[in-house]
Amino acid sequence: MEAFKTLTSRAIPLPVEHIDTDQIIPARFLKATDKQGFGDNLFRDWRYDKNNQPNTDFVLNNGAFSGQILVAGTNFGCGSSREHAAWALAGYGFKVIVSSFFADIFKGNALNNGLLPVQVSEDFLQSLFKQIHKNPSIELCVDVQAQSIEIIGTDLRAEFDIDPYKKTCLINGYDDIDYLVSKRAAIMAFEAK
Amino acid sequence: MVKTLFDKVWDAHLVEQMDNGPSILYIDKHLIHEVTSPQAFQELEDRGIELFRPDQVVATADHNTPTLDQDKPVKDPLSKKQLQQLTDNCHKHGITLYGLGHEYNGIVHVMAPELGITQPGMTMVCGDSHTSTHGAFGSIAFGIGTSQVAQVFASQSLLLTKPKTMRITVNGTLGKGVLPKDVILYIIAQIGTNAGTGYFCEYAGDVFAQMSMEGRMTVCNMSIEMGARGGMIAPDQTTFEYVQGRPYAPKGEAWEEKLTHWKTLPTDADAIFDKEYFFDAKDIAPMVTYGTNPGMGVKIGANIPESEDASFAKSLRYMGLTPGQSLLNHPIDYVFIGSCTNSRIEDFRVAANAVKGRQKAAHVVAWLVPGSKQVEAQIEQEGLKTIFEAAGFKLRQPGCSACLAMNEDKVPEGAYCVSTSNRNFEGRQGQGARTLLASPLVAAISAIEGKISTVDAYLN
Ligand code: SF4
Repeated sequence: MEAFKTLTSRAIPLPVEHIDTDQIIPARFLKATDKQGFGDNLFRDWRYDKNNQPNTDFVLNNGAFSGQILVAGTNFGCGSSREHAAWALAGYGFKVIVSSFFADIFKGNALNNGLLPVQVSEDFLQSLFKQIHKNPSIELCVDVQAQSIEIIGTDLRAEFDIDPYKKTCLINGYDDIDYLVSKRAAIMAFEAK
Repeated sequence: MVKTLFDKVWDAHLVEQMDNGPSILYIDKHLIHEVTSPQAFQELEDRGIELFRPDQVVATADHNTPTLDQDKPVKDPLSKKQLQQLTDNCHKHGITLYGLGHEYNGIVHVMAPELGITQPGMTMVCGDSHTSTHGAFGSIAFGIGTSQVAQVFASQSLLLTKPKTMRITVNGTLGKGVLPKDVILYIIAQIGTNAGTGYFCEYAGDVFAQMSMEGRMTVCNMSIEMGARGGMIAPDQTTFEYVQGRPYAPKGEAWEEKLTHWKTLPTDADAIFDKEYFFDAKDIAPMVTYGTNPGMGVKIGANIPESEDASFAKSLRYMGLTPGQSLLNHPIDYVFIGSCTNSRIEDFRVAANAVKGRQKAAHVVAWLVPGSKQVEAQIEQEGLKTIFEAAGFKLRQPGCSACLAMNEDKVPEGAYCVSTSNRNFEGRQGQGARTLLASPLVAAISAIEGKISTVDAYLN
């Protein structure tokens, strides 16, 4: 996994609540046996119409907005445990998702793919939406070490929680498999009990 | 020290607790299927790690399988490839696979309990969020992502932060025609789709104590729809009777030993939960959902609520419904009785009982998809198939089918489908499809009436 310390980027607003993983990546795209290419079908049914023409109302098709940060409504990533959702978001180029609430499994899946879920208060989230809509070219800075997110050039700043172990993993680019394999002796001792 | 059911099972599987960090939890059983495992096998390969405990992994093919002509080659080339890859991976790593056509094949959350793989006091995982189903036996069972599938392959363990515990108590007696599905749809409508996030939920009280194992599975299955990672019900005589004698169940002395242990699992009398909810069985009635998340449900006959919320309005627009409207007598086009929520024998018995001697409405397409080969065989043996066919219903072969519409079983755009599955998300049953979640009884009756109807006239 790639190490992730800080990110400065513009942000894309998607103020829809309860975005489930079926919207992030519909089931009909889950037939692949590798992790590549999911970004092309991210939010497929919102992004394209029936005839595969880009849906101009949808924010990813709106040239005014760009960036590696997605700002989304509350309860992001609910529903299916499909990690394909994290692969699709990462594959599209997102590094950070900001919301006021994340579903459990999605949060874990995201972190396992170096995609950082940043949970902020509903108030802060609404201010972000407002600011980004007012001026789509403003930039956000996310600092993993300081556990902070801010809009550059404003006093809009918030801190976020992250599990200390996961923080270390993210900053150093480690992942859980390496750690668990290093623990096999303890696991075998447990089995012998 | 007093403990909850969850704490007892968790503590018994704790390998190590990091200071100020996650725990290493040992996993007894790992279930896999074709959709969320290929990338995990690839991960092992890329890192040159061998699969640690292949004997504790069981595989089935379910998500992406056809429900017609299962004896013939799979037509869709991508599905075919994914299924072949599962077969190859299982073969290579020495994993037991109950693949397409096998007498034990079925939806992972139907076939595993049926075979006795699921047992009280276990830790179980699967790359599928509805793994919560298995909590019905008093096990800690939850869905994981593909990275975690690889972790379990590599170490038979997971790094986890201990969730908080909540308890939902429902006392009293359910009215006639009120099924376990109505209970869980009611609970989610009351507490919302993220009330359980960060929690493991125990269901307690008269209603669950009196429920069959099938019913308990329906309830625990949908725990994830209120955000909880898993649901649990204390094992009791009903549980033990269900498990005993199944192919994977312990036998002889081992059975007695297990039984003694299982009886110690229920939550201690004074145990404290981080959060509690209480409901009364008499407030629960047959339910139907009107929106695009499982919390958007009402009693049949009640009006869809009014709300200023933009996401709510978007949802109703998708559904072609309006606030204040009642769904009673709303015409429907499709009925799907299936999925890991409601595709067990009991569900088909309820449905058959309602349709017996009646005819399906001509304009309704009704799919009955058993959860496993064993359920399929039972439907035939018990004569239910004859009842269904006489009523104009089509029985298909087992699989996830229209629950997630990964195969050909898709509901067309704009069509209303009364479904016994667990998710009414936009496009879940096909692009533009409109899903109305309900019990198998409501679904069967709706197929007959051709519209959403009350169950009263069908209760004898
Ligand atoms: S039946 Fe539906 S919810 Fe259940 S495992 Fe299959 S796809 Fe998932």
